[in-house]
Amino acid sequence: MSECSTSCPAAEDPTLQRVRRIAESYRGKEGSLIQALHAVQSAYGYLPLEVQKIVSETLDIPLPTVSGVVTFYSFFSTEPHGKHNIRICLGTACYVRGGVRVVDRLEEILGCKVGHTTADGMFTFEIARCIGACGLAPAISIDDKVYANVNPDEIPQILASYYKAEEANA
Amino acid sequence: MAKYAPRLNSLEDLQAIKDAFLAETEKYRHTVIVCGGTGCVSAHCADVLSALKKQYSVRGLRDEVRIVESGCIGLCALGPTVVVEPEGVFYCNMTPERIVQVVDKHLIGGNIILDYTFLDEKTGEHIPYMKDIPFFHDQIKIALRNCGAIDYDSIEEYISRDGYFGFAKAVNELGRTGVYEELKASGLRGRGGAGFPTGVKWESGYNQPGEQKYIVCNADEGDPGAYMDRSILEGDPHSVIEGMLLGGYTIGANKGYVYVRAEYPIAVERLSEAIETARAFGLLGENILGSGFSFDIEIRIGAGAFVCGEETALLNSIEGKRGEPRQKPPFPFQKGLFGCPTIINNVETLANVPVIIVRGAEWFASYGVGRSKGTKVFALAGDIKYSGIVEVPMGIRMGDIVFTIGGGIKDGKPFKAVQTGGPSGGCLTKDHLDVSVDYESLSAMGAIMGSGGMIVMDENTCMVDTARYFMDFVQDESCGHCVPCRVGTKRLLEILQRIVSGRGEVSDLDRLEKMALTIKDTAMCGLGQTAPNPLLTTLKYFRDEYEAHVIHKTCPAHVCKDMITYVIDPEKCRGCTLCARQCPVSAITGSVKEPHVIDSEKCTRCGTCISNCKFGAIMIK
Repeated sequence: MSECSTSCPAAEDPTLQRVRRIAESYRGKEGSLIQALHAVQSAYGYLPLEVQKIVSETLDIPLPTVSGVVTFYSFFSTEPHGKHNIRICLGTACYVRGGVRVVDRLEEILGCKVGHTTADGMFTFEIARCIGACGLAPAISIDDKVYANVNPDEIPQILASYYKAEEANA
Repeated sequence: MAKYAPRLNSLEDLQAIKDAFLAETEKYRHTVIVCGGTGCVSAHCADVLSALKKQYSVRGLRDEVRIVESGCIGLCALGPTVVVEPEGVFYCNMTPERIVQVVDKHLIGGNIILDYTFLDEKTGEHIPYMKDIPFFHDQIKIALRNCGAIDYDSIEEYISRDGYFGFAKAVNELGRTGVYEELKASGLRGRGGAGFPTGVKWESGYNQPGEQKYIVCNADEGDPGAYMDRSILEGDPHSVIEGMLLGGYTIGANKGYVYVRAEYPIAVERLSEAIETARAFGLLGENILGSGFSFDIEIRIGAGAFVCGEETALLNSIEGKRGEPRQKPPFPFQKGLFGCPTIINNVETLANVPVIIVRGAEWFASYGVGRSKGTKVFALAGDIKYSGIVEVPMGIRMGDIVFTIGGGIKDGKPFKAVQTGGPSGGCLTKDHLDVSVDYESLSAMGAIMGSGGMIVMDENTCMVDTARYFMDFVQDESCGHCVPCRVGTKRLLEILQRIVSGRGEVSDLDRLEKMALTIKDTAMCGLGQTAPNPLLTTLKYFRDEYEAHVIHKTCPAHVCKDMITYVIDPEKCRGCTLCARQCPVSAITGSVKEPHVIDSEKCTRCGTCISNCKFGAIMIK
């Protein structure tokens, strides 16, 4: 191609260039698509079509295959996420110990439904199948931190600490 | 200990590491083990550990006391937990303040602080020694032999407990055929759920011709309510590495993959570090211990799909594809990863192997009953007092696990059911408490051993809703590859949803059963074939509850929201207005000091009022 297409590195913004560099580090490694997508998602935040296209081109894997993998696995998201990821465990132990009440309360407090991001972009709120903290049910995780034996009444306090940290940073 | 990494070239080198470690640790008067399992991490064990380190520096104990951060000790319900060796004193619910006192009074003063030890609620007395606590007393730790007992980060400590001696024995004495013969004699069966004899599997891997073979560790522990494998990976990663090394040596594979869930970041981190250390010591890489055998391990991280626990789906996922199962035959040992012969074992199975090789098949087979030898690790959770990780000999009574080890039901409520094997397993009742926990007895009841999740349920659990919960799970996780699973589980879920919302009919029960049996017979992979198990066992053992839902339109456990109403007892209500102020949908009205009323139409049955009422005036009808 003689003219510069959208995938031309020169026309790309720096984050997309970074995506390309990450994807390149997986080129030629057998069966590494999922690992490459993990790395790309952690750098870019999510995997929109334009990012999937870059991965497809760089690894020489057809776009429908890349897209098929992205949509198959629950860890990959095609939508942007909030600053913090809340995952409410609804594994059996948490379900039996009242995890649904935690979900109901969070929906009410955050004003958004499961699977969505709050209007202020602070939290994305998802259900986890089991985070393996069954001895501490019901449990939720926010980013990598696990909160044990969560009482729905304690949720406002937990969330407040994130808003406070946000203010402190600003 | 100092992090130096000598390359080990022989059994003698290994022995030298063991001797050096034992000599080094002998000089310490005490070893303090701080549990760093996920449970204790969430209970802020890091604060306890840093307070301990600070205090022991202040008090000048560096040459007398050794501090170890271990993997899961097991009793997650009472975390953070700390063990003081050599006495074996178990301290629970530790805080930074408490640990400072333990340093002063116990480590320096020599007096156990009884108040911080385990409280036996039955007798009202404290039990200071770990071995006397009912939770630990009946456990036999084989797979968990090092978990919670050693520093997970120290390869020297693993070696000091005969770690990597199993591999040395295999290459120096047993030979490749000797390893699988030993495993066959031990009776070890797959701990991931299916229970296939490990020795037979390795023998078929050995016999299969092929230039390139692979050994794969299935650490995609997806069953909700199960975290045994996570505990092993976090607490004793070298046992899994050595198990894979032995497997690779036996079948003739020089490459291994560990497929771990993305949900387990701590396990991935600790395993990665252990692999690095093993490489630095020459226990992974070229010509291991001078045997001429070379082997290395790569970690592959999953991306959140339950079906990837199924072995052929897992292989597709390692190859970077969608995790859809493959048709069998050909079986993975014939044509597995990248088309090459592949042996897949679960984490717990692999952790058992090294110690069987060191101590012999006869020793291992002395535990267990019938065709179920050795022990099984369970994750005890749900409405149970002492939730945590336990390892028990096969053949133990179900009731002993729940009531003796687990301490019975929380808050003294009546026992209702125990669910084993996650979404593929079944629910057993109080009539099954005498059942022997082994592969054959559990499957005769319609439940399965499964990977080891054991969820205990009290009378406030609705069994119809539980069946709906599991059906929702498998329906959501169905990969969509075959019709019985993709469409069948959806139809089952729709019927169950209708029943829990009060719109079920009597004929639905037969319809459920018939469809469930068809799915069992016709689905392509293990996920679909076992998906109806929770439904079928609850239909069989809790039929009266289903009937209450479809005939009387009531939920005996007061769980199904469409069949219950919240009411305020005017006799008990003092009109404090707390519930009215807390109600998120303003469904409660009433004047101060007058009995309040709940508007059933507005009420969402969220339970806020019940948990806040100080007078117990709110009831579910």
